[in-house]
Parts: sequence; structure tokens; C-alpha cells
Amino acid sequence: MLSKRIISCLDVRDGKLAKSVKFVNTVDIGDPVATAKKYYEDGIDELVFYDITASSDNRNIMIDVVSRVASNIFIPFSVGGGLRSVEDCSRVRMAGAEKINLNTAAVSNPQLISDASMVLGAQAVVLSMDVLRVGISSQIPSGYEIVTHGGRNRTGLDAIEWAKKGETLGAGELVVNSIDADGTKEGYEITLTAMIAQAVTIPVIASGGGGKPEHLYDVLTKGHADAALIASMLHYGEYTIKEIKQYLRDRGIRVRLS
Amino acid sequence: MIAIVDYDAGNLTSVKRALDYLGLSSKITPDPKEIRSAERVIFPGVGHAASAMKNLIARGLDNALKETFAAGTPVLGICLGTQIILSGSEEGNTTCLGLIDGYCPKFKLTNKELKIPHIGWNSVDLKKSHPVMNGIRSGEEFYFVHSYYPQPKEIDCIIAVSDYEIEFPVIIGKRNLVATQFHPEKSGPSGLCILSNFSKWDGSVC
Repeated sequence: MLSKRIISCLDVRDGKLAKSVKFVNTVDIGDPVATAKKYYEDGIDELVFYDITASSDNRNIMIDVVSRVASNIFIPFSVGGGLRSVEDCSRVRMAGAEKINLNTAAVSNPQLISDASMVLGAQAVVLSMDVLRVGISSQIPSGYEIVTHGGRNRTGLDAIEWAKKGETLGAGELVVNSIDADGTKEGYEITLTAMIAQAVTIPVIASGGGGKPEHLYDVLTKGHADAALIASMLHYGEYTIKEIKQYLRDRGIRVRLS
Repeated sequence: MIAIVDYDAGNLTSVKRALDYLGLSSKITPDPKEIRSAERVIFPGVGHAASAMKNLIARGLDNALKETFAAGTPVLGICLGTQIILSGSEEGNTTCLGLIDGYCPKFKLTNKELKIPHIGWNSVDLKKSHPVMNGIRSGEEFYFVHSYYPQPKEIDCIIAVSDYEIEFPVIIGKRNLVATQFHPEKSGPSGLCILSNFSKWDGSVC
């Protein structure tokens, strides 16, 4: 049987590792390649590198990070942040990333999802969506809205509709990131994750709020997620990947134990 | 020298990077002559079976691969490469290379919880031993991304299987050809072990 995936997310700014808490006050805490290598050796299933570099002048630093990761780490990884065109996506892929991660650019230009999917294949295109709980309205029937810029900009798009549209346009996987839960370490947004997982037929990766192994258990069962993204619970050494996976396996979740 | 067949089917650099990491000399090449003269050949690929076959034929790589196989050169197929060594594929309803008799159907699953493509780590159960699988325990997990799977006609060609509602072949082989549906270059230390074994394999199976 297919295992549930535990994916770690590394935010990278100017080539350095950073972890955002509610998307403000990011603090650099190390070298992304060294950290990624450590997680790889400890048994992480997949990695996501999110480029939060503010200045486009420093984009080449990210390409260098991607290339160093690809030469040292032999599990799938995706790269997101600042990818605005198919050329940007191809560049990251050529540097060795398995998948590319589209977020804000896909909201402003949904065609980018189909274009990237045509060129790279659907399996290489991950649509990452930042979602805010806003309450049910006629415009947002699910009560969850797609937001951009770390939650500052509301888009008027219903999260369920956007997830379905992303799948139709050619995304191969979805990352569902709850802005409400992100950085709280109080658990994933189970309701949102389950709604989206049941609305699409592509794999759903839950993101935001993971603070304890039981949070992963909840989102992989009640949330119907195929994978869970973790960040601070690993970055600050609170848990090891082995501890998290052992916990999940003991509770009957199929995970890869290397 | 290991030749990695270049036919515009996805990102071939990840296979090259894994071989570099292992200190194995390799070259990504679209040249049939280089494929024919290589010590070993890796036939990777991600993408669409019918368009991949078109690219292979346009470059004369279909014949180069058939001759390489016939000449006894060790060949390792990966993912799409594994599918198009069979006689045909449902993807684009195409005739394929036919190095191993068989067909490549799409997953038809009834369990709505199971997603297609089959993406992620799945355990691989070895049905028989093979020199390229030395050091691999039955049940170890490897990384998959695919919607179609290889189904050889002869059961003897099935080296390992996985389970995704149905049991399906994931390592197939015949003589000097061995092929994995999963990605050894993305499957951590176990995957690197397969690539390393392949680099030492002389193509014989007993």
C-alpha cells in the first residue's frame, strides 16, 4: 500500500533558511542544503523549498540552492516562490527540482497552471493555495477564501472552487495551507483539508498548524490528506522525523520507515 | 560509461546527478551511435508514451535500443522507459518497443480514496532475486509517480510487485534488461543501491 508522506517545508531567503511564523518576523536559522540533507538522512519523504527572497536580484542564489540540493539529496523536492512564467518553472526544473510550486502567480494568471502542466507534465505541477476562514457568504459558499501575500490580499475566490479549477487546469497535487493555523502549532485545519480532499481526485498535502505528531494523525485520517507538511516542529528540534513516523505507525498509519 | 538515453522525456538530469554522486561516469545522449557503443544504458523518462515513441523513432533510438538489448548490453529502464520497453501502451494507444512482450494499461480503481496518478512511496515485494536488487529487502519502499503500469505477458518477467488496490508489476526484466516503474534516483539510499548494483552488473541473471 501507498504510504502517507511526511514532507518538510524549508523557507529560503537570500539562500538562507528561514521559518515564517504567521508570515511575519522571519528569522534566519541556517543553511537550507545542510538542513535538507539532515532531514533526508533522517527519513523525510519529500521536501519543499519556498523562496521568500524579496529582491528578484537574488533569484540566482535560489537556483544555486536547488542545484546543490539536487546533487546531494535523492528524494523528490519541489520549489516555489517567485515563479511567474513557464520559463521560471523550467529553470528550477533544470536545476534539479522534481516539481514546481505555484501560488500567487497562479491566482493572477490561472493559465500558468495549464502552461506549466503542458510543458513539465501534471506530475511536476503543485498548486499551493493559502486559505483563510472567512465565514459562509454567497460569494464564498464554502466559508474559505483564497488569499495571497501571506493573507493580506483577499481574492474573492472560494477555496473549493479554486481547488477544482486547479485540478482541471492541470495541477498534479494541491498544497492546502491554512493561514489561520499557520504558525500556531495547534493542529491542521481539518475541516478545510477534508472538504478539499473530497472535492478533487489529485493528492492533497495539508499545511499549516502541525505542532505535535497527533496533529499529523488527525489530518491524515479525519482530514483525508495524502501528505502532511511540517516545518517548525522539525526546525527547532522539538521532534525528529523518526519519532513522528514511529508515532504514526504505532497508531496504524502506513508511513515509510527507512 | 553509462549512456542515459535522451529523447525529450522529462528531466534526465536527476538520474545523471545520482550517478555523479555515486562516482559513476555517465553521459546524457540522444545519439544512437553512443547508445550502441555504451557499456551500459539507462532508459529513463517521464511523460506520455505515444509522444515518447514518436521522439524515439524520429531520432533512430528505437532501433538503437532494440540492437543494444539484442547485443547483451545491460539496460536499465526507469518509469516511462519501463513502460515503453513493452509491446504497447494504453497511453495514446501506441505500439512500443516490444523488448518484453506485454502491455501497459492505466490503473482502473474502484476505491475513490485512492488517487491517480499513484504518487508517493510504496513497498516493493520481490518475487525473485536479481543481481541488480542485491541488498534490497522485500518490502522496502520506493518513490512512484505514474498512472499506467507495466504488465508483461510472461509471469517469468516479473521480478517485483506493489499493491495499489490491485497487485501490479513494478520491476520487470528479461536477460540483460531490468526495469523499474519507480524512480531509483528519487528513492533515497535504497534507490542509489539499485543504481550502484546496475553499474556493476554484467547482464547475466544467474
